[in-house]
Amino acid sequence: MIDNQLITRRRAIIAGLASVGGMVLPGCSRESPPSYGNLLRMGDNLTYAAHRALLPGQKLAREYSRRDISSMPATGTTNPEAEEYQSLYHNKFAGWSLSVEGMVSRPMVFTVAELKRLPSRTQITRHTCEEGWSAIAEWTGVPLSRVLDAVGMLPRARFVSFYSYDDWADSIDLFDALHPQTILAYGMNGRDLAVAHGAPVRLRVERQIGYKSMKFLKRIVVTEEFDDGGENGNIQNGWAWYVGI
Amino acid sequence: MPTPTSSISKVTEKHSAWVRFTHWLTSVCFLLLAVSGFVILMCHPRLYWGEAGNDLTPALLELPISRNYQHGGWSESVAFFDGADSPVSSSRTYEIFNQNGWARSLHFLAAWLLVGAGSVYLLFGATTRHFRAHLLPKSDEVTIDRFREEFKKHLCLNIRPATGGPQYGLLQKIVYMGVVFVSLPLMVVTGFAMSPAITATFPFLLDVFGGFQSARTVHFFAFAALLIFVMVHVLMIVRSGFKRQMRAMTIGETRRD
Repeated sequence: MIDNQLITRRRAIIAGLASVGGMVLPGCSRESPPSYGNLLRMGDNLTYAAHRALLPGQKLAREYSRRDISSMPATGTTNPEAEEYQSLYHNKFAGWSLSVEGMVSRPMVFTVAELKRLPSRTQITRHTCEEGWSAIAEWTGVPLSRVLDAVGMLPRARFVSFYSYDDWADSIDLFDALHPQTILAYGMNGRDLAVAHGAPVRLRVERQIGYKSMKFLKRIVVTEEFDDGGENGNIQNGWAWYVGI
Repeated sequence: MPTPTSSISKVTEKHSAWVRFTHWLTSVCFLLLAVSGFVILMCHPRLYWGEAGNDLTPALLELPISRNYQHGGWSESVAFFDGADSPVSSSRTYEIFNQNGWARSLHFLAAWLLVGAGSVYLLFGATTRHFRAHLLPKSDEVTIDRFREEFKKHLCLNIRPATGGPQYGLLQKIVYMGVVFVSLPLMVVTGFAMSPAITATFPFLLDVFGGFQSARTVHFFAFAALLIFVMVHVLMIVRSGFKRQMRAMTIGETRRD
């Protein structure tokens, strides 16, 4: 009897340690952003983990009324110099298309017209820039979750990477990717998205700081592992990957 | 005023180890948060009220603290709607000062440390007699005369010598309580109110402060109050015996009479 109890207790401890290990180990695999041994990135990762643990659910970021729409500066790239982009622009983006590939069962390419035919969402939200300013604008686009449904995202998928015509690479986790307000926006304030604001299609990630809402979208790749975007990504340029604050 | 006999024994009471530890941890956090926060503010040295505020909307206050101050680098603006009072868009043509990559991450790393230090401090303060016995003014202590007298003495920099322990004056108690229970929590909560992720889950934070930009402005003024506190605090340490105070707050030495 005593032996049995000891074994049970020992087993319980081993099982407990194993489950703790299970919680710690994913931090070592490529399913979450690495810290690169950098203290600042460790802090970023702590914020990311805390937000994901303490802010569950897909509640919507505040939406405003049309009266609240404010002026909005265009910052960062306001007109990509790439020849490819300039020629698309001169053809009024008729030749533009967005490739959605990676961990999907049906990789697809969408033109602006095809994106516009998918169910749309219009939201008046606050763009919060890391610089300290904010602006309220109305965005119209297709929820990213609709697009991911269309291409048949595979169960192993964990992140969605974005590539732009101004040579940025960034990614978001599925929690943000599947949020109802995460949209591929082609309209702003009731008109087609202007070049300065990321024409023809930009991303909106309303629960993060403005720079996660990538302008001038070119390509979307669904991935199983975390990808920092290399030299074109935020981390290697000294910026946090997750910016919910 | 006669000294109550009970406080004679308290003179030898020293700062608890956890008070000393959280004091210096908070000091480090304050320094890191102040420097990184200032660098963040340098990037956009304009303050507003409400939800939206940017270079194309009027500011409540502009601070001349970086080359970004009133820079004129904007292209001709384009109206979003028909009508003279339409909001506009304009492209930036000026390379701004922006060190927010490291400054923001350092700010939040230090904020985590502050939340840790603050939690330890509040937990110990509430479960020991520290808050009740040392910070809360005694009922017979709170009189207009006493307040006026202490205020006058502080203005003349007539500060009594340090005891090396938590035997605080009335003014000191009021200010310490303001820092611990008002200013520092306000810094944290206005910080939360600036987070798009936190306010999505807790939108009342935006209502409490009247919007993102209002929270940012309150964050700034609460910091300004804390900065004034720290400067006066250091001045008082010097006036009451710098060496003795430093020994009291590090190795926990009390007055040798």
